[in-house]
Amino acid sequence: MDFGVIIKAVISLALISGALSVIISISESVLNNYGTCELDINNGSKVLSVKGGSSLLSSLANERIFIPSACGGKATCGLCKVAVLEGAGPLLLTEEPYITQEERAQHMRLSCQVKVKTNMKLLIPDELFNIKEYICELVGMDDMTYDIKRLRMKLPLGEEIHFKAGQFMQFYTKPYGKVKEEVFRAYSISSKASEHDHLELLIRLVPEGICTTYVHTALKVGDKVRLSGPYGDFYLRGEGCDELIMIAGGSGLAPIRSLVYDVIEKGLPHKMRFFFGANTLRDLYYMDEFAQIEKDYPQFTFIPCLARPEPEDNWQGQTGFVTVALEEQVDNAEKKEAYLCGSPGMLNACITILKNKGFTDDTIFFDKF
Amino acid sequence: MAPNINPLIIFLASIITSNMVLSNFLGMCSYLSVSSEYKTANGLGMAVTLVLVLTTVLNWAVYTYVILPLEIVYLQYIIFIMVIAALVQILEMGMDRYTPDLHAKLGIFLPLITVNCAILGVTLFMVIRHYNFIQSLLFALGSGLGWWLAINMLAAIREKMANVKLPPGLKGPGLSFIITGIMAMAFIGFSGIFTIQ
Repeated sequence: MDFGVIIKAVISLALISGALSVIISISESVLNNYGTCELDINNGSKVLSVKGGSSLLSSLANERIFIPSACGGKATCGLCKVAVLEGAGPLLLTEEPYITQEERAQHMRLSCQVKVKTNMKLLIPDELFNIKEYICELVGMDDMTYDIKRLRMKLPLGEEIHFKAGQFMQFYTKPYGKVKEEVFRAYSISSKASEHDHLELLIRLVPEGICTTYVHTALKVGDKVRLSGPYGDFYLRGEGCDELIMIAGGSGLAPIRSLVYDVIEKGLPHKMRFFFGANTLRDLYYMDEFAQIEKDYPQFTFIPCLARPEPEDNWQGQTGFVTVALEEQVDNAEKKEAYLCGSPGMLNACITILKNKGFTDDTIFFDKF
Repeated sequence: MAPNINPLIIFLASIITSNMVLSNFLGMCSYLSVSSEYKTANGLGMAVTLVLVLTTVLNWAVYTYVILPLEIVYLQYIIFIMVIAALVQILEMGMDRYTPDLHAKLGIFLPLITVNCAILGVTLFMVIRHYNFIQSLLFALGSGLGWWLAINMLAAIREKMANVKLPPGLKGPGLSFIITGIMAMAFIGFSGIFTIQ
């Protein structure tokens, strides 16, 4: 008798839940079937055909376009913003707390909440569009100074990277020695933006630095390294200006080198003055290369500044901190933009001087590390 | 079998004297957590009313035509919950498809509603009290409207209260409970006019 009741209960539950699942599946295939929708990204620069019915975030992820999202689609982090010009429907209550009035005017939406139901027009910032992961082979490692190494990496066969000169990559270490976990650090790209199959980074040994110690002690030519990128909004603007004032210290030279080549290779008319700050002669590097550029392209001037030249250095050039050279040689901010990369202390000092000369937040671009 | 009560009395009583929140204390979680803004509370109230009516009608049919004939009354809780969950899911998809504007307003509350105790509560009351179809329908509609009324009132009061200086211990849920208690007393004051159980 009891056994019969159990059997009956199990069978009835199974039948009822089965029937309900069938009803749900049928209604999902009817109601949630929006056919194939076209996603037009950045005014036709890319058109994707996706199956409708899922969130925009996951539809894009399926097409390998990764919009940053920390909460995984629960509308609690507010990071996955994308401008949707057409096809998104009304703003949802779940989105309201994360979208400011200004962003509403730009049609910003949370891509995890917007469902793909019709053809859509999207604007996705290029840098997001572009971020990928690369497993590169380290093909060269050279000592530039006693504490700065240049890493040259070859992208996997057939893959290309397109970045704006000045942007950075994230570099992932492997566990080594006492460090058991993978860590990642950001390094600016020092190679030319026109080179799509290789990347160069300049990495200065930071005492106790996990990643730099890894690079300087554990990494060998031939190893595979994992990079992701490109990231960052430190890149050339240059509109309506005649001269670029570039300032760097130490390994901050990396993005500036890339920028200088970018201006030259694109044949832009801008004059460039590059103030490079170092302590002594042994901290200077790429001297011959910049001297050569100076000779070939009169628009470029290289001004290395040594803060504390040793007597045996026989230094003929600018002495003192970069700030001294700036104070003396840059007279006003008229039609000029400044690009800075270096330690926070040096950057802050330089920014103060530049602002006194009339530069504004709109004409000073920097990358602090 | 069905009690001899005028369905209209059931309807009015379930709005006021037998209010789901204020006299049965059902559906309290969303009542308290989604009542800080009037606009949102209004949306939730509307959605609860809609889902209440639909699920009660469906559960009435399931109870009368499936559970009773099969003599599986002991499984009713699981079955009711499954029916509610399935209905809400289908409703959300349908709304999203055919009435996107309404979905933008109510759709996001639907998953919340699946676990709203008032929904299951109304179904179970209907079963315990042996209501017939018309009685169940009006009971569900009244309960929904009553819940909607209650959350709207609380939200409106809380919006006004936002500008009032309060002792720190009373802020948030503390004051909401006191307001709810006072509202409950006022509602039960109507008991002399019409009551059910």
